[in-house]
Amino acid sequence: MTRSALSALLSHWLRNPVQLVMLLAGLALATALWSGVQALNAEARAAYATAEGLLSDGGTSQLEHPRGQIDEAHFVQFRRAGWQVSPVLEGRVEIGQARVTVLGIEPLTAPAGAGPALAATDLQAFFNGLGYAHPQTLREIGTSDLRLQASEAIPMGTILLDIGTAQSVLERPGQITRLTVGNVQPQDRAALQALAPDMRLLPPGEAPELSGLTDSFHLNLTAFGLLAFAVGLFIVHSAVGLAFEQRRVMFRTLRALGVPLRHLTACLAAELLVFAVLAGSAGLVLGYVLASLLLPDVALTLRGLYGAPVPGSLQFNPLWAASGLGMTLAGTALAGGQALWRLWHLPLLAPAQPRAWAIASDRGMRVQAVAAVLLALLALGLGQFGSGLMMGFALLAATLLAAALAVPLFLSAILRHATTFARAPVAQWFWADSRQNLPRLSLALMALMLALSANIGVGTMVASFRATFIDWLDLRLVAEVNVIPRSQAEAQDLQVFLARHAQAALPMQRIDAQLAGQQAQIYAMMDHATFRDNWPLISPVDDVWDRLAAGDGILVNEQLYRRAGLQSGVSFLDLPEIGAQQVLGAYPDYGNPLAQAVVTLDQFVAAYPQTPIRQFAVRTETPQELIAVLQDEFGLPSSQITDQAQAKSLSMAIFERTFVITRALNILTLMVAAIALFAALVTLSGMRLAQLAPLWALGLTVRQLAGLELLRALVLGGLTLLLALPVGLALAQILLSVINVQAFGWRLPMQVFPADWARLAAWAMLAVLIAAALPAVRLWRRGAAQLLRVFAHER
Amino acid sequence: MNADGKARTLIAVLTGVVMAMLWLSPAAAQGFAGLGTTAEGFAIPSRDRRLQFPEDHGAHPEYRIEWWYLTATLTGQDGQDYGVQWTLFRSALAPYEDDGWNSPQVWMGHAGLTTATRHFSAERFGRGGVGQAGVTTDPFKAWIDEWHMTSQSHPEEDALDRLDVHAQGEDFAFSLEFTAQGPLVFQGDEGYSVKSPTGQASHYYSQPFYTVSGVLSLPDGPVTVSGQGWLDREWSSQPLADDQAGWDWVSLSFEDGHRMMGFQLRGTEIFTAGTWITPEGDATPLADGAVQFKPLQHTSIKGRDVPTHWQIDWPDGALSITTEPLNPHAWMDLSINYWEGPLRFSGTHSGRGYLEMTGY
Repeated sequence: MTRSALSALLSHWLRNPVQLVMLLAGLALATALWSGVQALNAEARAAYATAEGLLSDGGTSQLEHPRGQIDEAHFVQFRRAGWQVSPVLEGRVEIGQARVTVLGIEPLTAPAGAGPALAATDLQAFFNGLGYAHPQTLREIGTSDLRLQASEAIPMGTILLDIGTAQSVLERPGQITRLTVGNVQPQDRAALQALAPDMRLLPPGEAPELSGLTDSFHLNLTAFGLLAFAVGLFIVHSAVGLAFEQRRVMFRTLRALGVPLRHLTACLAAELLVFAVLAGSAGLVLGYVLASLLLPDVALTLRGLYGAPVPGSLQFNPLWAASGLGMTLAGTALAGGQALWRLWHLPLLAPAQPRAWAIASDRGMRVQAVAAVLLALLALGLGQFGSGLMMGFALLAATLLAAALAVPLFLSAILRHATTFARAPVAQWFWADSRQNLPRLSLALMALMLALSANIGVGTMVASFRATFIDWLDLRLVAEVNVIPRSQAEAQDLQVFLARHAQAALPMQRIDAQLAGQQAQIYAMMDHATFRDNWPLISPVDDVWDRLAAGDGILVNEQLYRRAGLQSGVSFLDLPEIGAQQVLGAYPDYGNPLAQAVVTLDQFVAAYPQTPIRQFAVRTETPQELIAVLQDEFGLPSSQITDQAQAKSLSMAIFERTFVITRALNILTLMVAAIALFAALVTLSGMRLAQLAPLWALGLTVRQLAGLELLRALVLGGLTLLLALPVGLALAQILLSVINVQAFGWRLPMQVFPADWARLAAWAMLAVLIAAALPAVRLWRRGAAQLLRVFAHER
Repeated sequence: MNADGKARTLIAVLTGVVMAMLWLSPAAAQGFAGLGTTAEGFAIPSRDRRLQFPEDHGAHPEYRIEWWYLTATLTGQDGQDYGVQWTLFRSALAPYEDDGWNSPQVWMGHAGLTTATRHFSAERFGRGGVGQAGVTTDPFKAWIDEWHMTSQSHPEEDALDRLDVHAQGEDFAFSLEFTAQGPLVFQGDEGYSVKSPTGQASHYYSQPFYTVSGVLSLPDGPVTVSGQGWLDREWSSQPLADDQAGWDWVSLSFEDGHRMMGFQLRGTEIFTAGTWITPEGDATPLADGAVQFKPLQHTSIKGRDVPTHWQIDWPDGALSITTEPLNPHAWMDLSINYWEGPLRFSGTHSGRGYLEMTGY
């Protein structure tokens, strides 16, 4: 009997293949977006784990100096005092065509877990300068003076060298960045206080880690994945719900024939399970493809933004597949649970009257209204009193959910108004009928609203950021030519030469340090009009530039300013070797994960002598001539000289990459929403014949009826779009002034781009039109015969 | 394999390879600890070379390998027997010394402490050139990290006559004073010690006449000890023949004041050598075959069958003794592993000594 019941139930899908496709497509898409994002996150995290295993030496303690560098003599001093330590030198440098992290280690003392996969015969070669890098890094570097060997075990963008080689490549002879402290130490060793009182012992895990820096990026991705998944579940819910409604009669018949309720429910549950597994598997394949396509951009973003090594290729992980499928099953259970519950409580001979259903949903609407108001209040409260990144996302979620719940209420109110204004009978019917069918479409419309407002919000955020970033780049990259000396001797010569041949040559010097407990860099700034005229400052003190030039205080970047809760003219910051300095103001520093402080050149040179000059920002009226002279006089290759335009286009390229994935996910979410609407309209159209037939009998043509169906979809879509606009702008405001500040440390002014909205509106209406077209065309094609049959039907 | 798994494999490769790469013999390399590999570019020991001091107490970077090897058989105030080993190995990647990180000299320290029931061991690695490890001759000091063997000799004495020795591990430490009661002894032919029938050899001399006193630091607390010590100095570029897989070596202190060194190298054929030393320091080399080693009893250690009890015969000297280790489990469980521990012997003669066995 179960078999006959099952075949009867399944025959529904044979008769409604479009509905089946919708259900499966919805599930598959939801799974694909969610699992794709998860795959990206997992791949990036695995890469960090490798990098940290290598860079921070697998959970060992570290000895560091607040200045960020240590004389290598300390290594021997500590070893001979009984400390099992190993030196590490780390720095960024241009090699060949790429900018890479050079990691210098001492393989004989390195704790297990750090160091290269050296074959026995390679140790001498390693001592003599052989380096190891990931094959992809090797490709990016192209040709260079270094002897490099490929090794998959090295993180992307990193070159592993012997400590001695690293010192010469980084031009830091006799210097190391830190000492890693082995986990096994002998019985007696000298106290740290007695050895080097100014050094600090950082316990494992407190050393700066990539995963900390990039957490916010991954949280962003996860939030997007979850949103897409939720939108996908709307499709599943509406498809399952409608399939249930349509099979109501069949259930009744089956029950009357003696199929036990338990069997029937089990059959439906099994049906859902099979669909979930089938669609989930397809979704996993799709998600994998999606992740593979997006990973190169994500990798570039992470490397550009954080210097985080992420490979450009994806590896398959069974755990990922299992968790993705689990998510699909859970989601299906959630979306289909209501249908199963209703079946369980279905009276044997319940009537199936749409109007009664609609009246019943009025009560539901009231509950929904209360929920929407409560969520809106929660969002307000969070916005007022909350703090932290998780709070930011909670605020985001509450706002979106409140708005989504408000969609049917809002539409219902508008439609009621429209009904009262309508005079012609057809118009009155149109509005009343739209309102009656609203409950069935409301989930799809809520999904559409979510997707549209997310699109507007994220789009506005990206565009605002872009506009701010371009303005800022113009001000920041004011130097006409940038010159990178190849050695310190050349730097000296260049300084002398440029003093005569250019209007100004502003040397760029910096050291690594810890500021307010954060990984930071201290820069030297020469007092010059270039900075006075061009650097935009956030809440500076009066006469900020004069006071800075007088050594009266320092400037910090916005990230440090906000994270450490500093206040201009009030807060002091402790700088190594320099001491407490007043904060005079903050400057925007987009795209930089590190904290930064600026001191005068004199202060810098006095505190940190022997710091190499990394670059000259050169002011000149004749940049091309100067470049030519520099190339002639110093034989500088073009890689050492960049002009303004080059620098700008490079920065913009990194910026554009950063948001490729955001844009891609945005578009995909909108697609999912369009499919949700399509699914709802297609299934609804099948049920509406009974409502349309009387109108046809009253004299409306089939063509008119189809046109009205189309018009209604457009009206509802358009109204949803109208509602999505303010919600999207609120979302953008939250992203710009809450999420960005928490995640990256900078606040951006919001700018609006109505042209983008118009484009989105056009696309959204097109999606609605396409979604509504098929049911309308079907109605038209089936024509009068079908409508006529309604009157013969038992209903 | 995911990235994390890869990192872990890397760790395994690293700990297995980098630390031991210079010393341990992979299946393809030859002899114990690669000591049988050929010596291209390195100096070769010569029968004509005469040892000179204090220079030869120092390092010989042009030779591939070298060691400063101290052992001591000790008795504590508690009446218990103890054994101590302190060794500094030098291994050259290239036959020269250079400044800073450019040095191709690699140093390794081993320390062992044996009681009747426990055996402690520790190791250190370090690079030459930067000061982490090395040997100076004036004043004499051999060190790696905080481990050291420092001369306290008076100006008229040999630099090795008085030594302060210290080493420590995670759960043990020792600080001992070594005082020589006799002269340096040259092994083999005036310090030219042949290791195989095909002529592999090393430069090899010893100071077998130390009295020792000091303190051992053990998990149960410090123990004041005294006893006798033995220093071996040896350097070469290829001390083993291709087919020699390991050796069994003993140093013996007889109750009547005599000393004896003997070893057998296990290749396709056994090669033996030794030195009979009078209390005054007169040395008689014992040719191949003069001394015979016969294992009496094996101990199973980490899946290896190690002969820990021996019968040693020197028929020409009317000597036949059996040895009994203080602790048959004196296994140096380090990057390069071998057996090294104190023993007592009896038979025609009796006394105490040290046994080293490699290649098992």
